[in-house]
Amino acid sequence: MASDHFVIADRTFQSRLIIGTGKYPSNAVMAKAHEASGADMVTVAVRRVNISDRSKESLLDYIDTSKMFVLPNTAGCYTADEAVRTARLGREAGLSNWVKLEVIGDERTLFPDNEALVEATRILVREGFVVLPYTSDDPIVCRKLEDAGAAAVMPLGAPIGSGLGIQNPNNIRIIREFSRVPVIVDAGVGTASDATFAMELGADGVLMNTAIAGAQDPVAMAESMKYAVRAGRLARLAGRIPRKMYATASSPVEGLVGR
Amino acid sequence: MNITLNGDPLDVPGPVSVTALLESLAIDVRRVAVEHNLVILKRAAFDATIVHEGDNVEIVNFVGGG
Repeated sequence: MASDHFVIADRTFQSRLIIGTGKYPSNAVMAKAHEASGADMVTVAVRRVNISDRSKESLLDYIDTSKMFVLPNTAGCYTADEAVRTARLGREAGLSNWVKLEVIGDERTLFPDNEALVEATRILVREGFVVLPYTSDDPIVCRKLEDAGAAAVMPLGAPIGSGLGIQNPNNIRIIREFSRVPVIVDAGVGTASDATFAMELGADGVLMNTAIAGAQDPVAMAESMKYAVRAGRLARLAGRIPRKMYATASSPVEGLVGR
Repeated sequence: MNITLNGDPLDVPGPVSVTALLESLAIDVRRVAVEHNLVILKRAAFDATIVHEGDNVEIVNFVGGG
């Protein structure tokens, strides 16, 4: 198991847990949570610099970029054009040509606009980006993203920040079966068992933000997610027993005293 | 001169290079991306790119997100 590395495009990661940098009580707590999680990839958002208030600390002061790969996202973009523009800005602000691509279709659910997502993926792949699209848990959309050149597909488990857990396990299973690229369940995790479940279904990785940042103790939750993802991965590789309707004794039925 | 910086009007002495503009705003050039009149600049172009009256400049950086 020691060599169970996580490969996306040309990069190898030690951890199959990818975590966000938003909504923590403080940057210091975030840094501790990152450490506890064992993750080696974190997502960040691209936003205008606050010109009027330059006192704000820089997020990057709290991310050890020698250990953590920084993945810019296009969160908040509602069109392919906006997402492509934001991805290009993220590339210039950062150190890589990777992007977590989001094209949102609806404000209340934050569900992706899959049509625009496929279009933006195609454009960015042509420009040399390594594109990791956040998508619906739809195997057909995932296939289209893969055909468009996505380096991984990232189906949602449930709406962003909802903590509802995996709402459509069968789709995640089918997406894994269909995909030739890594499948990362992105969004919807509420607690450790959700992450384990995603991995047991065959996900290659899990991406989360709110489940850790919004927990009462984000550092402890980050640590729990480290084990949860690992446990789910090991269980998947180990091969679970088939489900049966009735009992099968674990102890021998022969040699019982008094029979 | 008046420019539009991150969507808001700003009065700065100029014309000015992007590097000098960032310096005057106390912004670390290594941590931002700059778009000048809708063209995203390579960092190497910050010195040579001059911001003129009426130009539109966007300066972005990384913030927390998921």
